[in-house]
Amino acid sequence: MSEGFSIAELGHYALILALALSLVQSVFPLWGAKTNDARLMGVAPAAALAGFGYVAFAFAALTAVYVSSDFSVVNVWENSHSAKPLIFKISGVWGNHEGSMLLWVLILSLFAALVAVFGRNLPKSLLATVLAVQGWIASAFLAFIVATSNPFARLEQAPLEGRDLNPILQDIGLAIHPPLLYLGYVGFSIAFAFAVAALIDGRVDSAWARWVRPWTLAAWMFLTAGIAMGSYWAYYELGWGGWWFWDPVENASFMPWLAGTALLHSAIVMEKRSALKIWTILLAILTFSLSLLGTFLVRSGVLTSVHAFATDPTRGLFILIILVGFIGGSLALFAWRAPVLRQGGLFAPVSREGALVFNNLFLVAATATVLVGTLYPLGLEAFTGKKISVGAPFYNLTFGPLMIPVLLAMPFGPMLAWKRGDLAGVAQRLAAALVAAALAVVLTLVLNGVDNILAPLGVGLGIWLIAGAIVEITDRIRLLRTDFATSWNRLKGLPRSAFGGLLGHAGIGVSVIGIVVVTGYQSETITTLKPGETAKIAGYELRYDGAAPRAGPNYREDVARFTVTKDGGAPIIMESAKRFYEARNSGTTEAAIETVWFSQLYVSIGEWAADGGLVVRAYYKPMVTFVWLGALVMAFGGLVSLTDRRLRIGIAQRARKRPSRTQAEPAA
Amino acid sequence: MTRKQRRLTLIGAAGFVLALAVGLVLFALNDQIVFFYSPTDVAAKDIAAGTRIRLGGLVEEGSLEKGGGGAVSFAITDAHNRMNVKFVGILPDLFREGQGVIAEGTLDADGSFKADSVLAKHDETYMPREVADVLKEQGVWQGEGEKTTQ
Repeated sequence: MSEGFSIAELGHYALILALALSLVQSVFPLWGAKTNDARLMGVAPAAALAGFGYVAFAFAALTAVYVSSDFSVVNVWENSHSAKPLIFKISGVWGNHEGSMLLWVLILSLFAALVAVFGRNLPKSLLATVLAVQGWIASAFLAFIVATSNPFARLEQAPLEGRDLNPILQDIGLAIHPPLLYLGYVGFSIAFAFAVAALIDGRVDSAWARWVRPWTLAAWMFLTAGIAMGSYWAYYELGWGGWWFWDPVENASFMPWLAGTALLHSAIVMEKRSALKIWTILLAILTFSLSLLGTFLVRSGVLTSVHAFATDPTRGLFILIILVGFIGGSLALFAWRAPVLRQGGLFAPVSREGALVFNNLFLVAATATVLVGTLYPLGLEAFTGKKISVGAPFYNLTFGPLMIPVLLAMPFGPMLAWKRGDLAGVAQRLAAALVAAALAVVLTLVLNGVDNILAPLGVGLGIWLIAGAIVEITDRIRLLRTDFATSWNRLKGLPRSAFGGLLGHAGIGVSVIGIVVVTGYQSETITTLKPGETAKIAGYELRYDGAAPRAGPNYREDVARFTVTKDGGAPIIMESAKRFYEARNSGTTEAAIETVWFSQLYVSIGEWAADGGLVVRAYYKPMVTFVWLGALVMAFGGLVSLTDRRLRIGIAQRARKRPSRTQAEPAA
Repeated sequence: MTRKQRRLTLIGAAGFVLALAVGLVLFALNDQIVFFYSPTDVAAKDIAAGTRIRLGGLVEEGSLEKGGGGAVSFAITDAHNRMNVKFVGILPDLFREGQGVIAEGTLDADGSFKADSVLAKHDETYMPREVADVLKEQGVWQGEGEKTTQ
């Protein structure tokens, strides 16, 4: 026990040291950049690396007290239990307010350390400024943790047993979803730091965009995967079979994703054409601001939500001050300094640049509608006292119509030439994709009937995106228009980012198909079954065999067993359970999910009646896995792009010495 | 096109998208939002049957009745007024008599409430915020029980 005693205090001490270091990192490198003092600028990478070391130590210390179930630490007592499986003891570290803030800061300082390591070829003053801005963010959040959310606080007397983690969070989803999400959220802080540094510097060029893009891409990739993971977790854990609820907390992660997607695209224009500089800087600021807003909404407890495990007004106020300080400050800096930046190249409305502007306009407008839907209830209640909820119907009417033009136009974008494009020519080259989309519409109508007209159109849209993305590549390698060997050589010569783009755009198409098919064609039945009775759903016969109790490590459960058959085929066993967690005096329902190809059969159970009857809710969800597979394809596209040579090696250096070269570089 | 014309095209496009977004949002906010009421609000406000609302309060002790095929009925109370709620489906794991709940659905002509979703997003230390406010207004708020967050 004496060893456990000191680990928590050491962790706390490491956090305070990290705070002190991040304050140093916030001030001295900036001063050095101003006075051109190499020694002061050199403080930045060292402070960033050491700061990461301290935060990592604190995080390891918290993990250690969780693993050893040291209930004298309040946080462990409130959120853990000695019988909890090891994986949930570890993931439980961030399954609470204090721990999740520590994870947030851990990832922030990890990114700062990565910038310090990989940014050696950046100009010294830029690196120093970027790391100083990162230092401001780290200081604010470390101060927040130390002042209001100390994860290492002790109890006077150590209880014998902990109160256990919220049962909904005792799932592998907690081990994966928050770290991925935070890698995304917090990863955008680098683009933000670069943007602020560019504004302080008063200088920005295409080399800047080339440094920022891989970081933005990495953050976007993690956020994409994180959101998809969260969606799947909610789908199987909450037992309603829904995969997106437009819950404010989901919106909090979705808004940075939308803005980050816009940023990813505008940075391309900036890198290749030196245009849209000011806009890209603004987007970088907005994207991270939305990440901060998301952190505020989730962490301050202003929302009624499954995620709100803390409702402490001082914390809310503290994060609000951080939020207003960073967003207000950076936007003020933008207003003051942006006019200094020089405007870039010209382009016609119909051109690759024009298409990317189109994408940006609609994505930002869509982000704004999500923002309004998320904040309007809070504002209305604050000013009028009226309580409202804004749900799916609002977003279907606002977000939906704004996304459709983007999706329809998406295959055109990559095929238009830079500066001045030929829309009719591109349309001609996309004929194959259009034919594929039309066939998909007809096929869906034939298979499912004409009752539902929107779903076939949606499937056509998805195929349009996938086929359009493929046509872009086959067009570039002149497939079938030249001999196969030439095409093959061209294919090998394509940059990895071309395949990244293909996967990104095709992934959206896959998700669109999943969304429209499951929305349009899912079936659902709810009934009471006694052992031996059957229910029918979508051609499947579902027989309730009976229930049996079972003991888990820190819960007990009643498991209902079902045998599922279709057309006399091989029977499938499905088990859905009601779990009860003694320590929390609460339970969860574990849905039974059977994946058949890309579709899923989803069975959730209610309470048992006295006569042994069980309320059973079964869904057949056609193509539902496409919703998440599409997101994974997108994230994988991001990974493929990241391995592109141009992003890894420092061509940027040369561009900086001879800026005229970048302007003249041929469009890739 | 000159630089100026191009800029005007860009500003025009941005203005159009912005106007579109604002129009959609205003239309949707007018039509697609759901108000939250307590049983007392419903009694006082004379809400038309068929209007979609969220009804929040405590599940009245002893009011839960289960019919066949997942049909249930229970009453939501705020200590001064009560409303019967009909629902077909599986109640959330955290649904208990005497605990806070929010039901979303429409008022029937006979004065009962037909819910299509029931939310009980709370645990032992957490009550839906709207429900806590309702109870405070009605003067029956008991504090947050054994809440021990520091």
